Amino acid sequence: MKKRRYKEKIAYLFLTLMVSIILVSLFMLFYFIISRGVKVISWQFLTEIPRKAMTAGGIFPAILGTFYLTVGAICFALPLGIFAAIYLSEYATQNRLIRIIRIGINNLAGVPSVVFGLFGLAIFVKYMGFGVSILSGGLTLGILILPTIIRASEEALLAVPPSFREASLALGATKWQTIQKVVLPSSISGILTGSILAIGRAAGETAPILFTAVTFYTMRLPNSIFSEVQALPYHIYALMTEGTHPESQVPIAYGAALVLICLVLGLDLIAIILRNRFRRSKKW
Amino acid sequence: MKGKQLLKEKVIKNIFLLSSLTSIFFLIGITIILFKEGLPLFQEINLKEFLWGKSWYPTYEPAEFGILPLILGSLWITLGALIIAVPLGVSTAIYISEMANPKVRDFLKSSIELLTGIPSVIYGFLGMVLLGPWLQKLFNLPVGLCSLTASLLLALMAIPTITSLSEEALFSVPKDYKEASYALGATRWETIIKVTVPAALSGIGSAVILGMGRAIGETMTVLMVAGGAAVIPRSFLQPVRPMTATIALEMGEAVVGSHHYYALFAIACVLFVLSLTLNLTADYFLIKFRRTS
Repeated sequence: MKKRRYKEKIAYLFLTLMVSIILVSLFMLFYFIISRGVKVISWQFLTEIPRKAMTAGGIFPAILGTFYLTVGAICFALPLGIFAAIYLSEYATQNRLIRIIRIGINNLAGVPSVVFGLFGLAIFVKYMGFGVSILSGGLTLGILILPTIIRASEEALLAVPPSFREASLALGATKWQTIQKVVLPSSISGILTGSILAIGRAAGETAPILFTAVTFYTMRLPNSIFSEVQALPYHIYALMTEGTHPESQVPIAYGAALVLICLVLGLDLIAIILRNRFRRSKKW
Repeated sequence: MKGKQLLKEKVIKNIFLLSSLTSIFFLIGITIILFKEGLPLFQEINLKEFLWGKSWYPTYEPAEFGILPLILGSLWITLGALIIAVPLGVSTAIYISEMANPKVRDFLKSSIELLTGIPSVIYGFLGMVLLGPWLQKLFNLPVGLCSLTASLLLALMAIPTITSLSEEALFSVPKDYKEASYALGATRWETIIKVTVPAALSGIGSAVILGMGRAIGETMTVLMVAGGAAVIPRSFLQPVRPMTATIALEMGEAVVGSHHYYALFAIACVLFVLSLTLNLTADYFLIKFRRTS
């Protein structure tokens, strides 16, 4: 018995060690980005355009570009994703078509991000002739986050108790009236939470916009959806791999990395706070 | 009025149905595009030369399009990542689901969620400025950007997938199993290792496969830190060039319609088929797990 207790202690120690390794890595990651990024960030850094071939100045065009691309992705993916989720949770019955749709969604979620980039390049940039632009990049990112939005929305819709729907139908409301007046209002908070998380993901992706939307050296701000843009994640990559002055480019990259992390995790945080608040206010 | 309303209901239902079909539509679209743009390469070389060819010199004259080093590069760093991520991820899942009290559990779960949220370019950046130089000093290497650097970062990126899905699997093991084990006089650890983990094994398997899929498909991190040498990997301290990095790096300079362009799409086909296979396998394990528990 003593030996067995001893064994258990060692096993617990091992598990604790494993968990600590992950926590320490996470801590170091944040520590370095924050401590070195903070030194660079200032109001000028956030609002000025880059100068002297990207070795000085700010990152404003990259922030703006990421904003446009993300908005493009949402405009495309949010309605589509919510509609799809409504079909899956409210109309669908268990049959072969639904199974195929689910397999489709699962596998789309597993497609490597660079493959989305190639798809966007072939379809939007070349075939449809949108060129390297906000439109092409936004659509490509939209397809990428579509499965996430569908899953999150479906989960939120399924959380609405069946008795709500039955009560509405019993009052003589049609299916669409029930969805519109009862199901959607009770699930909108959940849908939003999931979507915000997806938006964070879109903002941080690089590979899908690599050939569809971004450019490193541009002096102008985008003026239409057909303009090419700078984007934060790509800006970090480009600062590290292009250009000839690493000593002045690395600090800028630290600053851009901190801004990107704050943006993405800020969105996550908003989603989590919303989720907790709605959970508390729900009465069912 | 009645007829009009019925029509409206029908139209709305069909709009929703069409929206839900778009995912399949995109998946099929991606497949068609990849193969349409990739297959013309095989007018020039045969499939065996492509998959088994040992040299990748797409811009030489005459060009060589052997992607064996690239495939092995991808598998090599993924293997390295799994060796690191599986023990860490599964242990953390066990810790969260079997040992932690609710407060610690919430803290760990949100920390893991935080890891998921970090963009891959950030991992790549830290790999270039910190991890690479550290490893270079530690192992006295000519360059710090090698497959070990890539594996370490990929492991960190695969851990959230492995942990959260394994934790779900462990959590859904029926309580009766554990109680029966305790009743027989087993300790908590014996119950975990002999009852709970085996009962959740196919769920954990599915988690590991999905983590593997994430690592193989990861682009920016490996592009920045794997070193980029298209050679067959022989050690973890040597630079490699995975498939994803090759596509991302060379697509910008490949002329549309050239053999190089087709070859990059053909690589994407291989990558696509590989990740599809992994996903379907993971699905299979998950269904099997749900059926048994």
